[in-house]
Amino acid sequence: MTTQLEGAPEEVVTKSFVREISLKPFGFDGSLALITLDNGLDFNRPNTFGVASLQSLDAAITEAASRKPSAIAITGKPFIFAAGADLTGLAQLASHEQAVAIGKLGHDVFRRLGEMDIPTFAFINGLALGGGLEVGLHCKYRTMATTAMAGLPEVFLGLVPGWGGAYLLPKLIGPERAVQVIVLNPLNNNTMLRAKDALALGVVDAVFEPADFLERSAAFAASVLKGSKKIERADYSDDPNWDKAIATGKAAAQKKYGGADIAAPRKALELIAASRTTSASTGFDAEDQTLADLTMSDELRASLYAFNLIQKKRKKVEGAPKPALARKVAKVGIVGAGLMASQIAWIMLRNLKCPVVMTDLDQERVDKGVAWVHAEIDKLVEKKRMAPEAAGRLKSLVSGSTDQGAYAGSDFIVEAIFEELSLKQELFRKLEKIVSPECVLATNTSSLMAGDMARGLEHPERVIGFHFFNPVAVMPLLEIARTTETNDETTATAIAVGKELKKTMVITKDSPGFLVNRLLTRFMGEITDAIDEGTPIEVADNSMRAIGFPMTPFELLGLVGPGVMLHVTESFNRDLGPRYRVSPTMQRIVKEGVRAFYIKGEDGKYAPNPKAMELVEKGNKPSTSEQVRERALRAMTEEARMMLDEGVVSSAAEMDLGMLLGAGWPLVLGGILPYLDRIGISEAVCGKRFHPRGVASLPQTL
Amino acid sequence: MSRSVVLVDAVRSPFGKAGSLYAETRADDIMVRVLRGLIERNPLLNLSEIDDVAIAAATQTGDQGMNIGRSVALLAGLPNTVPGYSIDRWCAGAMTAVTTISGAIAMGAYDLAIAGGVEHMGNHPIGHLFDPNPRYLAEKIVETDALAMGNTAERLHDLFPHLTRERADKYALNSQLKTAKAYENGGIQRDLIPVATRSSEFGWGIATADEPPRPTTTLEALSALKTPFRAAGRVSAGNSAGLNDGATAALLASEDRALELGMPIKARLVTFAFAGVEPEIMGYGPVPSTHKALKKAGLDISDIGLFEINEAFAIQVLSFLDHFGIEDDDPRVNLYGGAIAVGHPLASSGVRLMLNLARGFEEHPEVRFGLTTMCIGLGMGGSVIWENPNWNGEE
Repeated sequence: MTTQLEGAPEEVVTKSFVREISLKPFGFDGSLALITLDNGLDFNRPNTFGVASLQSLDAAITEAASRKPSAIAITGKPFIFAAGADLTGLAQLASHEQAVAIGKLGHDVFRRLGEMDIPTFAFINGLALGGGLEVGLHCKYRTMATTAMAGLPEVFLGLVPGWGGAYLLPKLIGPERAVQVIVLNPLNNNTMLRAKDALALGVVDAVFEPADFLERSAAFAASVLKGSKKIERADYSDDPNWDKAIATGKAAAQKKYGGADIAAPRKALELIAASRTTSASTGFDAEDQTLADLTMSDELRASLYAFNLIQKKRKKVEGAPKPALARKVAKVGIVGAGLMASQIAWIMLRNLKCPVVMTDLDQERVDKGVAWVHAEIDKLVEKKRMAPEAAGRLKSLVSGSTDQGAYAGSDFIVEAIFEELSLKQELFRKLEKIVSPECVLATNTSSLMAGDMARGLEHPERVIGFHFFNPVAVMPLLEIARTTETNDETTATAIAVGKELKKTMVITKDSPGFLVNRLLTRFMGEITDAIDEGTPIEVADNSMRAIGFPMTPFELLGLVGPGVMLHVTESFNRDLGPRYRVSPTMQRIVKEGVRAFYIKGEDGKYAPNPKAMELVEKGNKPSTSEQVRERALRAMTEEARMMLDEGVVSSAAEMDLGMLLGAGWPLVLGGILPYLDRIGISEAVCGKRFHPRGVASLPQTL
Repeated sequence: MSRSVVLVDAVRSPFGKAGSLYAETRADDIMVRVLRGLIERNPLLNLSEIDDVAIAAATQTGDQGMNIGRSVALLAGLPNTVPGYSIDRWCAGAMTAVTTISGAIAMGAYDLAIAGGVEHMGNHPIGHLFDPNPRYLAEKIVETDALAMGNTAERLHDLFPHLTRERADKYALNSQLKTAKAYENGGIQRDLIPVATRSSEFGWGIATADEPPRPTTTLEALSALKTPFRAAGRVSAGNSAGLNDGATAALLASEDRALELGMPIKARLVTFAFAGVEPEIMGYGPVPSTHKALKKAGLDISDIGLFEINEAFAIQVLSFLDHFGIEDDDPRVNLYGGAIAVGHPLASSGVRLMLNLARGFEEHPEVRFGLTTMCIGLGMGGSVIWENPNWNGEE
C-alpha cells in the first residue's frame, strides 16, 4: 500500500486481534468479528497508531472480513481504546512525502471500516483520543463506556484530526458541534468529552456502564443488526450554521493566541468547511496534505517538543536530590494572610491535609485569610466535589494567629510577605527561635534572593526559594531555588511538598526573579520603554499578538498589579543591572494609584484607561509594532542566554518548561527558545541557537 | 412464623476450564456480570430493596477476597445501602448462600435477597494455601485420603464394589449426551449470562457457552482414561467434574413479596438439610442430608419427581442413586446432564442445580417436588427440597 513507509524501530506496536463472537445469545442469528487493539502494556501506556500498528489493524480488518461475519466491531484493551497517532514516530518523519504517506496509510486502513458492506461498530471502552476516536468515526456506529473520555486534541498540539476526523465529524454531528469538538475544546485547555457529552453531541450512539460494557455493546450491535434499534443520521449539508460555526472557531483561536495566525486551528476550520460539499476521498486527500504540511513545520516540532517536555517533567524534577532525603511535613506555616499567602495556605491544606497556620500583622487580616480558605472549601462542597466531612476536617486544620509563636512545631514555613529584604531577614531570624533547626524556611519571593534572607541565620541551610505563580491553584509551575547553602534534605523536602501539590518543578539558581519573573520582566521592560519613548500604548501592547502569547503585556500587568511590577523592576534594576530600566510612566501610575492601563467599558470591552493615559511619558521616538516586537524578543534572547550562561537553570529545556507552565506561553512556541531559534533571532543576538536543529524543530537535513 | 420462600430467578456464567476461557478474567468480574445479568432479567426488582447479597467462594483471597459479597455488590453498581457478605461451605457454598438467605426470609428478616457463588479454580487451584492442622493425621482424626477429593471418590468405589468403573463411565457419557442435547434444544443457554473475557493473546471475547462439555466423547474413550488418584483406580478425568471457573446467582424472595411485585416464581422452597459423614467418603454426604431433609418435609424419596445432583464424581451420584434404589440412567435425574459435562466451579455449583431444577419444573408440571443435592469436602452433604409452582395437581 505504501512502500516507502516502515515502522520506526522503536514503535510500540499496537496489535489488532480478531475473534468471532456469536450474537445468538444477544438475539441475533449471526456473528460479530471483534477486533481488539492491544499494545501489550498496561493502561499507563495507551494504544497508539504508528506504521506497524496500522498495518496490524489493516491485517485484522482483512481477517475479520474474511470470516464473513454479520458485522465487525473494534474495541481497546482494558481502560484504553486508543490514544491516537504515535507522536514519537510523527516527530521523526523526515520528508513531506513520508508525512503524506502516513496520513494516507491511516486513511486507507481506517476507511475500510467505513466502506464495508456490513455494519461496523466501535466499542469505545476507554480513552479515545485523536486517531483513536477517528478510527471510531469511520465505523458506522459507536458505543462508549460511561467512564471513558474522548477527544480530538490535534489542534491543541498544532495538528488537525487528519485521519478522517475533520471530514467525518462535521457530517456526523453538524458544523457547530464539530467545531466545538475539533477546535473549541482543544483550545479550551484541551477539554475532553465525557461519555454523556459525546452522547449528547451525537459523537456516539449509546453509552453503557463499564462493568458489562462489552456485553451490552454486543447486545446493542445485535439490536441494530436485527433492526429493533434504529439510529437516525441527519444530513447537515444544508445546515444554516456552517458559516457561523466556522466564525466561532476563528474567534476562539484569535482569543486563545492573542490574534496570532496559528496554522492548526485555521487549517482545521478550512477542512471542516470543505467537508460540507466534498467527497470523502477529496476530504481525506485534503487531510493528508494538511497533516503533512503541519507535520513538516517547525511549529509542530516545537509543539511536540513542548508537549513531551511537559509530560516528562511532570514526574521528573531535573537535578533533584534523592527523594528519600525528604523530611516528613506534618505542620505547615504560612507567613502573611494576603491573597497570595491565602492561596498558598489553601493549596497546602488541600493536598497535605495537615495543620496549616497563617499569621499576619493584625487579627482582621488573619481572619480574612482564614475566611478566604474556608470559602474555597465551601465552594467545593457546593459543587459536590468535596464531602461535608472532608470539608469539616480541612476547616479544623487551618488556623490563624497574630502570634508567630503559633508556628511552633512546624516542619515547613512559606513566607509570602511584602517584598522587602530587611523584613524577610527579620522574619526568618524570629522564626528560627520558634521552630526546630530542621524546619524548612521557604520564600515565595518574586524578586529577591533567598540566600540574602538566609544570611546571619543559625541554620541557613534550611532556607529555599519556593515560588508559585498566580493563580496558585491553576498555574502548574513551582520554582525551587537553592541557595549556595541549601542542603539536600531541604531541597528534597521542598520537592516532596511540591509533588504533593501536583506541581511541575524547575530547580533554579538563587538569583533575582529566579527563572520566569526575570525573563518576563525583561521583556515587559522593553514594552514600557517603547511607550516611554512615545510609542502609542495600543501599538506597544499589541506588538506581541502576532506570536501567540495568551495575554498582551498590559493584560499581564493588570493581573500582577502595577505596584508589584514596578517594585520588581526596581529591585532588578538594583540587583541585575540597568538593562532593567525603571519606567517613569510606571512610577507615576503607581504613585497615583492607577490600577490598570485598560478598563472595562459598559459594553464589556476593554479600552485604554484615560487616567493612565494622562500619566504616560511623552517621548518623541515612537516605534512601530514590528520594532517593539523585535526589541522585546532581542532583549528576551539576550536575557535567556545570560541566564543559561549564569546557570539559572540547567538547560534550555528547563527554561522552556518554565515559560510554558509559569507564563502559559503556547506549545507552538516550544516554550520560547525554539521560537527564538526559528525566527533566527538567537543566532542574530548570541551567534548561536538555543537548541540544536531537530530537537524542537525540523532536522537539519531538510 | 415461617414464611414461604421462593426462587424468583437464577442465572449463571458459562463455565470455563481453569486456565483457559477465563484465564485473564477476574473471579469478581465474572460474579459482577452474573449479578448484573440477573438484575437486567428482573426489571421488577427495585435494587434498593435487596436486603442482602450472600456470595460464596471456597477460597476467599485475592479476587475472591475482600468480602466478595459486599465487594461484588459495589462493583456491580448496586446502591451502597445494599449490604453483602461472603460465605463458605466449599462445594456447597452457593447452596448454603441460598439456604442461609432463605432462613432469613423465612423468619421475616428479609424480603428480597441475592445468593450466589463463584470459583475461579484457575486463579485459586484447589488445595492452594491449604494448611491442614497436623492433628488431623497425627491423631488420626481423618485419613490422608479425606483431604484429596479424588481419593474420597476411590474410597466410595472401594465401599461399593458393585458400582464399577464401567458404570461410572457410562454415567459420565450419559451426562455428556444429556448436556449436548440440552444445548441443541437451547435449554442451557437460556440461563447463561454472557461474560466478556479478556485475553492478551487473542483479544477480547465474550463467553456464551460452557467450555468443558465433550459432546463427542465415547465410552471407549472414557474407559481408556488414566486414573490419576491411584494405580488401577476407577476415578478418571472423564467420570469426574473438571477444574473450572464460573459464577452463579439467584434471586430469592418471600412468596408474599414476590406476588406483590408480580415477580415470576420458579420454585418454592420446602426445606433443606445438611449432614456429615466420614470425611474419607465425602461423596456419600447427599444420602444422609437427603434423608434428613425428606424427614423434615414429611416426604418420601418416591415423592421426588426431579433430581439435580452435583456430579463431582460419577461414583458419588451412583452411590446416592443406588442407596435410594434409583436406576443409573433414571430420566428424573439431571435432565440437562451435570457437572461432569458442564463443570463444577466449586462454590458456584449449588445455584446451577437450582436453575436446572427450575427449568425442569417448567417442563414437567406433573412433578410436584424436586431435590437439589450435593456432596461437600470434609464429609458432608447438602439437600434442598423444592416444590414446583407449575404443578398441575396430577401425579
